[in-house]
Amino acid sequence: MAKVKGDVVIDIERCKGCEICNTACPNQVLSMSTQVNSKGYRFAIKVNADCIGCANCAIVCPDGVITVYKTKV
Amino acid sequence: MEQNFDLPEIHTPENLVYTKTKVLTDNVMHYCPGCGHGTTHRLVAEVIDEMGIQGQVIGVAPVGCSVLAYNYFDIDMQEAAHGRAPAVATGIKRVFPDKFVFTYQGDGDLAAIGTGETIHACNRGENITILFINNGIYGMTGGQMAPTTLPGMPTSTSPYGRDVKMMGNPLKITELVAMLPGTYFVTRQAVHTPALVRKAKKAIRMAFENQKLNRGVSFVEIVSNCNSGWKLPPVQAIKWLEENMLPFYPLGDIKVNGEMVSK
Ligand SMILES: Cc1ncc(C[n+]2csc(CCOP(=O)(O)OP(=O)(O)O)c2C)c(N)n1
Ligand code: SF4
Ligand code: SF4
Ligand code: SF4
Ligand SMILES: [Mg+2]
Repeated sequence: MAKVKGDVVIDIERCKGCEICNTACPNQVLSMSTQVNSKGYRFAIKVNADCIGCANCAIVCPDGVITVYKTKV
Repeated sequence: MEQNFDLPEIHTPENLVYTKTKVLTDNVMHYCPGCGHGTTHRLVAEVIDEMGIQGQVIGVAPVGCSVLAYNYFDIDMQEAAHGRAPAVATGIKRVFPDKFVFTYQGDGDLAAIGTGETIHACNRGENITILFINNGIYGMTGGQMAPTTLPGMPTSTSPYGRDVKMMGNPLKITELVAMLPGTYFVTRQAVHTPALVRKAKKAIRMAFENQKLNRGVSFVEIVSNCNSGWKLPPVQAIKWLEENMLPFYPLGDIKVNGEMVSK
């Protein structure tokens, strides 16, 4: 079976740091930054390379912050 | 410094799985972090995009936190006075019967000051879509008690919790409108997990598609969170919603194709 590789692009300036995406990810790819964006929010970041491109994070994000890509490898 | 896990080589159009729809403008929404209004806006915009009706849809915005919804949807929109959206939508739909017309309303708007407009538009069977965002509170004005506030739930005007003996019972207006002959599709959904988001989007899609049939109101309640009014961080608010809102406001279809769903 072909393995799936995914990646997310996080528009950190639009992120409001709600953490809902963190809890929606099946592979614990997402966590929160220690830095803040220009609005003062900690933003979502990737903390491992285990993204499978399932888009769970993107579809629960209230602010449409996350873009998702997926490919077979 | 945080480690970099970017894979720019896979960022190609054919690999794109999800990105914000163009039916939402690029304006940053003013909603609090984690507010279900944002998620619901996204789903409505995605449905409009996927149906290819961006130029044929007219939305009616309420008074409440979503009063500025017209800044976020790249479609024709009309603002209504508090609670009057179903009446305004009635007028628009009767003048433009070929347009898809929807209202987007909070629980204070739809189930308090606008109860009369809601019930009569549903009873007349106007061929419109009503989207009802129920967070059990008046979010915009500082977290006051709404008709939908749960028994025992603290708000700024019921600081010791809603006492139903004094303040009355919460109003399940969705069940109520399902009893009226003019409603064709009535459902209650939520948007706080990926699975629920997918389901809610299907329901919103059906609520728009139904307008092609001219059979009456399609009514979609979204049980949502008001983190600021509930005074909880977003992830905790979602847990509170699951443990408290959902037992009282159970999810699922109530009326489909004009027939009550037997439970
Ligand atoms: C005629 C009138 N009465 C009262 C108000 C004050 N007011 C503004 S928003 C609101 C309630 C908002 O609650 P809801 O509809 O639940 O929306 P939310 O902010 O929770 O999404 C009220 C009472 C008003 N703007 N106009
Ligand atoms: S796309 Fe899926 S696996 Fe990748 S970060 Fe988002 S939720 Fe996690
Ligand atoms: S769900 Fe969206 S806004 Fe919330 S932390 Fe994640 S990326 Fe940021
Ligand atoms: S006050 Fe409540 S309903 Fe309004 S934007 Fe904030 S969380 Fe959402
Ligand atoms: Mg409300």
